[in-house]
Amino acid sequence: MWIPTFALLVAFAVPWPLWGVERVVAGLPVWIWWHVAWLALCAVLFSRFARSGAWERGMGLRPEAGDDRNAGPAAGGDRP
Amino acid sequence: MTLGLSLGIIVGYLFLALAVGLVAYRVSETTAEDYYLASRSIGTVVLLFTTFATLLSAFTFFGGPNLAFAAGPEWLIVMGTLDGVLFAVLWYAIGYKQWLIGNRNGYVTLGEMLGDRFGSTGLRALVAGVSLLWLFPYVMLQQMGAGEALVGLTDGVVPYWGGAALITAFMILYVVLAGMRGVAWTDTIQGLFMLSVVWIAAVWVVSAVGGVGAATGAMLDARPDFGSFGGGTYSVGFIVSTVITISFGVTMFPQINQRFFVAKSGETLKRSFALWPVLVLLLFVPAFMLGAWAAGMPVDVPEGGNVLPVVLNEYTPAWFAALVIAGAMAAMMSSSDSMLLSGSSYFTRDLYRPVINADASERREAWVARIGVAAFALLSFVASLFRPGTLIEVGGTAFSGFALLALPVLCALYWDRTTRTGMIAGVLVPQVAYLAVVLSAVVGFVPTLPRTVAGGWDVALGLMALSAVLTVGVSLLTAPTAEGDASRFAVAGD
Repeated sequence: MWIPTFALLVAFAVPWPLWGVERVVAGLPVWIWWHVAWLALCAVLFSRFARSGAWERGMGLRPEAGDDRNAGPAAGGDRP
Repeated sequence: MTLGLSLGIIVGYLFLALAVGLVAYRVSETTAEDYYLASRSIGTVVLLFTTFATLLSAFTFFGGPNLAFAAGPEWLIVMGTLDGVLFAVLWYAIGYKQWLIGNRNGYVTLGEMLGDRFGSTGLRALVAGVSLLWLFPYVMLQQMGAGEALVGLTDGVVPYWGGAALITAFMILYVVLAGMRGVAWTDTIQGLFMLSVVWIAAVWVVSAVGGVGAATGAMLDARPDFGSFGGGTYSVGFIVSTVITISFGVTMFPQINQRFFVAKSGETLKRSFALWPVLVLLLFVPAFMLGAWAAGMPVDVPEGGNVLPVVLNEYTPAWFAALVIAGAMAAMMSSSDSMLLSGSSYFTRDLYRPVINADASERREAWVARIGVAAFALLSFVASLFRPGTLIEVGGTAFSGFALLALPVLCALYWDRTTRTGMIAGVLVPQVAYLAVVLSAVVGFVPTLPRTVAGGWDVALGLMALSAVLTVGVSLLTAPTAEGDASRFAVAGD
């Protein structure tokens, strides 16, 4: 479920629906605002992803490891 | 007088950066691992900025604004998407996986990791060789950028070669005297400094021309096509290929890829990952919009020159313009040093020791690394004097070259069935093909092969697909070799 989310985030970071639009809003072309807002959205979703267990699950690590309290299972492993 | 002041600020600032590097060197130990990876103990802020600092190159400061000036502010979208979003996703997919693997097995370089996994010194040397090859144009890019920046700042009193030589000298001094810890510290300071200074510059210039609305209005009066998204240089093909080749390429850059091994804990990687899009946006918006707005300003940008220094000279006091350029050059120096340092570790660990001289002492290895760096920087300096293309073209070539490594590496990281022959075919064939395309443009007496097809689609994108097909296809056709060990890349269990 995170994979399609990421695909969507990457695909629409480029404001394709505004192709050819030339409206200026608050001093900048409107598609620049789209991009700025989109990257802010990305930052929010990325931090949710990192905090959820999906960060570890994606790597096949301890699927049940839930929150960031014990989020460093690998770090605690066999460091050289 | 003003000229003396400008040059004084620039040289003074570069010496200051060098001094900070030396202090960092004094507190560091001197084992090879420490030299390259600062003992794997880099925290969130430092990791974030040290990765960020690799963005602080001539490609961002000069190439980006130049392109926005010439072709429109869409460059902001392209760079924001590739660096802020796609790179962040790859940061997780490639970076976190590499960190897990590197932490278990103590790897320091990409070649070392792959060579060990597939039991192949040849593959290790191949990956290192390919990386060093594409590092060359990127280091050259910094020298070109510095050369042109000083021309722009001093109205041509300092010649192009002078600026390029200045940054080369500092690069060599810096990397020979200090290791990664020095680089990481100074990267953080310079990243913060540049971020603030670029914003101050943007506010200063914008208020001088009467606000954001007025700046955009003047830009649209001069270039009505800048207002609508897409068009001109920015075809769909151009946007998609640039985003993909550069973001995949960035992950394979030696200095970025080595960052994947240095984080203190997984927590550090997580926090950096989430902050990344914001940081990227903070840098790119002012830098590239200044370039685009410059299209509507009464400034005279010389052929092949950089926009940013010219604009700063026009609208801000000389000392401030010099400070921005000094900061940019110091940041470029520092990111070049990260590149050279990582390059030297690729050279000594993956080429020199396994292939040329296995019994070299640590001392000897350290000297080989230093001499290698100096020779590499000098050669790229010489090449930069020929100015073989615009900053974006030279940078794009380097990124694409690295991007061709990315898919085979992803394959190796996630697919146990990948074989040694598959990897070698997937890396070697596209590299040879791309090198032929690039060299055909440089060498005069052979026909130039096309770099883009059908309206802006980069051939590198096709070659990336080829690299994936070859890696998977050949892996399916060949049996895993006895020396290979897929369990080296396992990250779960013990």
